[in-house]
Amino acid sequence: MSEMFDLPRWRPAPFLPEADARDGALIFVVAVLCFLACMTALGVVAADRAAKGWADQLVGEATVIVRPKGNESPDAAAARAAETLAGLPGVTEARALEREKAYDLIKPWLGDVADLEDLPVPRLVAVELDHKAAPSVEVLDGALKAQGLDATVDDHSLWIKDIKRSAGVARWVGASIFLLIAGAAAAVIAFATRAGLAARRDVVEVLHLAGAEHVLIAKLFQARFARIAATAGLFGAIAAGVMGATLRLIGGGQGLSPVLPVAWRDLLTLVPCPLLAALVAAVAARITASSIVREME
Amino acid sequence: MRYGRGPEILRDLTFSLAPGSFHFVTGPSGAGKSSLLKLIYLAAKPSKGLVHLFGQDISRVASQDQPFLRRRIGVVFQEFRLLEHLTAFDNAALPLRIAGGKADDYRTDVAELLTWVGLKTRMHAMPATLAGGEKQRLAIARAVVGRPDVLLADEPTGNVDHDMALRIFRLFVELNRLGTTVLIATHDQDMVARSGRPVLHLEGGRLHLLDPLEAGA
Repeated sequence: MSEMFDLPRWRPAPFLPEADARDGALIFVVAVLCFLACMTALGVVAADRAAKGWADQLVGEATVIVRPKGNESPDAAAARAAETLAGLPGVTEARALEREKAYDLIKPWLGDVADLEDLPVPRLVAVELDHKAAPSVEVLDGALKAQGLDATVDDHSLWIKDIKRSAGVARWVGASIFLLIAGAAAAVIAFATRAGLAARRDVVEVLHLAGAEHVLIAKLFQARFARIAATAGLFGAIAAGVMGATLRLIGGGQGLSPVLPVAWRDLLTLVPCPLLAALVAAVAARITASSIVREME
Repeated sequence: MRYGRGPEILRDLTFSLAPGSFHFVTGPSGAGKSSLLKLIYLAAKPSKGLVHLFGQDISRVASQDQPFLRRRIGVVFQEFRLLEHLTAFDNAALPLRIAGGKADDYRTDVAELLTWVGLKTRMHAMPATLAGGEKQRLAIARAVVGRPDVLLADEPTGNVDHDMALRIFRLFVELNRLGTTVLIATHDQDMVARSGRPVLHLEGGRLHLLDPLEAGA
């Protein structure tokens, strides 16, 4: 039987057994965590884009409420306000809205009033602003006052603030969930490392007593769990990618919906997942393995 | 020395082993022979007292330096402690790999040693397929492969026949002749008596130096 052992071609075998019966379950759990983390990351990116889009849209617009003074008709006052604003630098368009639109806006509060003409309903002027050099509310207001118009300019700043605040909250919530999931993944890996070390305590003790340095033993477990987590991270990222692509396709050009628009490039967010999972696992396994080996001293 | 809150296993022990010496440790089962060896190969710490190894108080050796002390000690464990996922050859080569040796530098030495202990045809075998005596010889090969400064063996001939026991004993003598300090815990009174080596006898947690013939009687 000696001929079966090929001495010149012998290469050292790995110190730790290649596979463990529990690897499958661990890969599944970490893959699920990675999937959840990826979906959270996708959600945060999409929510951030949605909020930015809404804010951009609002920054480029202003609404002016014009109240007629004296004998001037509401339509004439609105037309004059639109003409005044259109001539200002930074204003790309100023358009008086038809009175029906103004009536439509107050209908939900007043109901079907027979003759709205009898009511002093103010007219609206929609103003589109140059994003790069939008004039301030004070400038618009000053120009209207100079023409003797009784008008109120709303640059939507209140809404923009709310949207920005909401986007910030969404970002923080998303980041917190992401960190929680990453922490859970690290805890699972640490637990698995401890269980793996307990199951391989005989191996670790022999290595330890034969003079293996703590770093060598810790590195064995670090490399093993980093590999497992990278595999799990890849599965999780692929699953999240499929889910993200499905949402994008279902939602058409705007992704899932205008509320959460998923773009194709968002899927790139998932690319670092296997690497991050491996990193978290490596750190968790290294710390756990080091502490266990120290306990043997 | 005691384990946890248990009774004292060893007490009032004061002895030293000169470099290059050869001793047996005898005593009834449970006398603390294995515990004494554990203290020396740094697998246990004394609850009181000092252990000096290679001229150093081991309680003062930094944990990152302890692996280097362990590499100077070869241990034959009573229960062998072979790594089940490695072949006999990989098990025997383990200390050399851990010490950072290159495969090309030691593969011939390992093969020769395995041949010497009668495992030439079993180099590829996994420990689970080895007989008790083969496991013991493999454990001995692993302990001596790195030519340690100190060799500790716990019942190293318990599972081998008389001829192999003599062969193993000759290996220990040869190592000792090359400068290795040898300490063997054994019940084999015949081997002790014929060796003519000094005996440390443990009983009731205390140590007595006996004449080999007295110990074998």
